[in-house]
Amino acid sequence: MHDLLFILFSLLIVVFGVLVVAGKNPVNSAMFLVPLMICVGGLFVLLGAFFLAAIQILVYAGAVMVVFLFIIMLLDMDVEKGRRINSFAAVAGIGSSGATLGLLILALTRSDLGAAGGGESTLQGETIPLGKLLFTDYVLPFEILSVLLLVAMVGVILLSKKKLQ
Amino acid sequence: MDIGVEAYLLVSMLLFCIGMAGVLVRRNLLIIYMSLELMLNAANIALVALSRFNDNLNGQVMVFFIITVAAAEVAVGLALIVALYRRHKTAQVNELNSLKL
Repeated sequence: MHDLLFILFSLLIVVFGVLVVAGKNPVNSAMFLVPLMICVGGLFVLLGAFFLAAIQILVYAGAVMVVFLFIIMLLDMDVEKGRRINSFAAVAGIGSSGATLGLLILALTRSDLGAAGGGESTLQGETIPLGKLLFTDYVLPFEILSVLLLVAMVGVILLSKKKLQ
Repeated sequence: MDIGVEAYLLVSMLLFCIGMAGVLVRRNLLIIYMSLELMLNAANIALVALSRFNDNLNGQVMVFFIITVAAAEVAVGLALIVALYRRHKTAQVNELNSLKL
């Protein structure tokens, strides 16, 4: 069951990823990004990271995608048609990312994952242990992150003013 | 068949390279931005998988931070794209060449 779900989610992730990248219209890409995020959340559940799966679906598939769709609708870009992709750029881009994939797979086959490779793990990323870790070992990054969110909020309000001085 | 850490890392690498191809090939700013999100998600899968197979929650805390930073980044980036669109009336990167000599 676990294996079957893993294969299903992985296939869907790759297929939706290609569709996001290859979509002609930004709206189509955004609509394919939503199930992709949900499949990533499914992989998190298979890995026992339940809290992160919930956050992934709430923040990514919910909030981030709503903002994306809102901006796409706001800009209303239908000037995409008639523009062909530069074929040199396409070959170079796909070639270099394929080469990167080859290098990464080579590194994966050569590397010794050791104890990380085999053993059965029962680690559960539930809210309580994660929260304890977040408020003890990681309390300083957590506070810095809250300041970052505040800065982002102020920056967005400033950027969206009509007249930028 | 036993699903090990390698399988998860392979999915993560595939997703990362798909996102990278999108960033390099596409000319629409919004699709480039979505491809960046794909790359961030690939990193998240790798971190959660390694966290699971090392019996260690630190990787999951890192993913939590990445998701938060990505949300802030999306807000700021999209505001920048809107400001750019207001000024230049385009979201194609090959038309945004006012810094070119």
